[in-house]
Amino acid sequence: MGSGAIVEEQGPTVSSFLEYRGRFSGIFGWIFSTDHKRIGILYLFSLMTFFIVGVGIGVLMRLEHLTTGQTIMDPQTYNSFFTLHGVIMIFLFIIPGIPAAFGNFIMPIQIGAEDVAFPRINLFSWYLYISGAILALVTLFIGGVADTGWTFYAPYSIRTNTNVSLTLMAAFLLGFSSILTGLNFITTIHRLRAPRMGWFNMPLFVWALYATAWIQVLATPIIGITAVLVILERLLGIGIFDPMKGGDPILFQHLFWIYSHPAVYIMILPAMGVISEVIPTFARRTIFGYKFIAYSSIAIAGVGSLVWGHHMYVSGQSYTANVVFSLLTFLVAIPSAIKVFNWVSTLYKGSIDLSAPMLYALAFIFLFSIGGLTGVMLGALAVNVHVHDTYFVVAHFHYVMFGGTGFGFFAALHYWLPKMTGKMYDEKIAKIAWLLMVVGFNGFYFPMLLLGYQGMPRRYYDHLPQFHDGHVIATVGSWILVAGVFLMFWNLARALFKGKRTSRNPWGGTTLEWQVPSPPPLLNFVHEPEIRKDPYGHTGNDGH
Amino acid sequence: MTHDHGEEHHLVSYGTYIMVWLALLAFTGLTVTVAGFNLRQVSVFVALLVATCKTFLVLNYFMHLKYEQSIFKIMIFVTVSILAVFIVLTFFDVSFR
Repeated sequence: MGSGAIVEEQGPTVSSFLEYRGRFSGIFGWIFSTDHKRIGILYLFSLMTFFIVGVGIGVLMRLEHLTTGQTIMDPQTYNSFFTLHGVIMIFLFIIPGIPAAFGNFIMPIQIGAEDVAFPRINLFSWYLYISGAILALVTLFIGGVADTGWTFYAPYSIRTNTNVSLTLMAAFLLGFSSILTGLNFITTIHRLRAPRMGWFNMPLFVWALYATAWIQVLATPIIGITAVLVILERLLGIGIFDPMKGGDPILFQHLFWIYSHPAVYIMILPAMGVISEVIPTFARRTIFGYKFIAYSSIAIAGVGSLVWGHHMYVSGQSYTANVVFSLLTFLVAIPSAIKVFNWVSTLYKGSIDLSAPMLYALAFIFLFSIGGLTGVMLGALAVNVHVHDTYFVVAHFHYVMFGGTGFGFFAALHYWLPKMTGKMYDEKIAKIAWLLMVVGFNGFYFPMLLLGYQGMPRRYYDHLPQFHDGHVIATVGSWILVAGVFLMFWNLARALFKGKRTSRNPWGGTTLEWQVPSPPPLLNFVHEPEIRKDPYGHTGNDGH
Repeated sequence: MTHDHGEEHHLVSYGTYIMVWLALLAFTGLTVTVAGFNLRQVSVFVALLVATCKTFLVLNYFMHLKYEQSIFKIMIFVTVSILAVFIVLTFFDVSFR
């Protein structure tokens, strides 16, 4: 990270947090630092590393479908690959993703705080994350990679000879990391807001993180306990989920999805928070419907915690339960739609600047809308039974998780990286990468929607000849997408070393983080920031 | 005895503790007795109801929640309510299968 320069901007000269030398130096200055900004960057680099590994596995799986029959791997390897891809992408990238990296770095500055409430616990949660990651990767070498899929459904997860226990132990540790981050954020937002910053003076990114943190704290323990129960079932055969011993495999699905559906909102809510920051900055307008967006975050967290049964329509649960969960699922579409309508209304008559962060944000709205609407389709009982466990479901959640959260993450990278590092990337290359990714993404996943609707099942290493053309198009799409992803990362990495120095506020942002130097000083603010009533009204030189 | 914040610790008499202990024993006896009847679908509900009453006693008297500030009571109430919602939504479907 090449930017350690003394920041000379309007106001007094201050050292940036990158320049600050504490008790430790070098790598130890990072892994022993309790500074929220350094921990945010630790997370950012860690989870981007795992993202690249997950992308690699995904591309290899897609390559397997370039021809019918075995192309590059056998069925068992394919089973392990989709499990590993799911575990890495969900537990190691997308769940910690935006909160752990950008939430850690940006949120305390946005509320006028010097750090999070529990800096040591913050660092400890990163260590738990890394421990969980190492444990997950150890399964590559010990006992064989789990072949259950990331859902670990019983009774198969109890009977398979692959190393399910170790993978679940990894998920357990990663869950602990997530809970601690959530706890830290709730406390920080409640207790460390700057004087005069009320709840409705907070930026919407903070609201989104707050709603997310409650889900992390309340829902994550359930997956932790469920993981332990499966491990105990495998080791001691106690018969909680195994029907041969009087257990109930549907109970496993309930317990798994009680966490894992709200986890989808842990993934998407922070991305929605990012979009709520980027859109008004680049449309040069006040956000439309601030309170509705803030409340809708809470509504998504609340209602979204009650819809898990829609993953279980064909599990054997009762028709009554199916109807109840279907109704609840339709309800959760309302707050999501409120956000989309408010973003689009913000754009209306705005003076739109199509810089890279804005392009990623606009792609988010487009791709998330497709993901959201196919989600509503899947909430309908009849459609769900027809397309259950097909590529339609896979394409739907990739539209939400990658098209939504992934592009939200990339929007955040392009929006806040100049703030974090003080360096600016090449805007033209960023736009080319964006175009490649949008084209590649739709070339990849749209054929999968159609293939699924036609009956292509998920998790099969081979396909019937009638699905072949769709598979070839999707595979080519994956190459374009990956080219875009690598071009984007190369452009950003290059900016760290060769990027031009950027100013305090390159985008004309109106939240507090744009009022402090880029990169920020150790304790974020030189003077106590002056809090404006309008959360998007900080246009002066408040941080100095 | 006072806390740093000047907050007083409430002293609970041994008599109260013994009464609560006896009540817990009685509830345990009730659980065991009811388990002998064939109440079908209601049996789990009854067992949970008795367990909830026992939890209420333990929280209030042994863990002193009764004498704490209302913020702690609210936090426990919200958490237990969420747990109750999860349990109801998980198990109601068993009656309709």
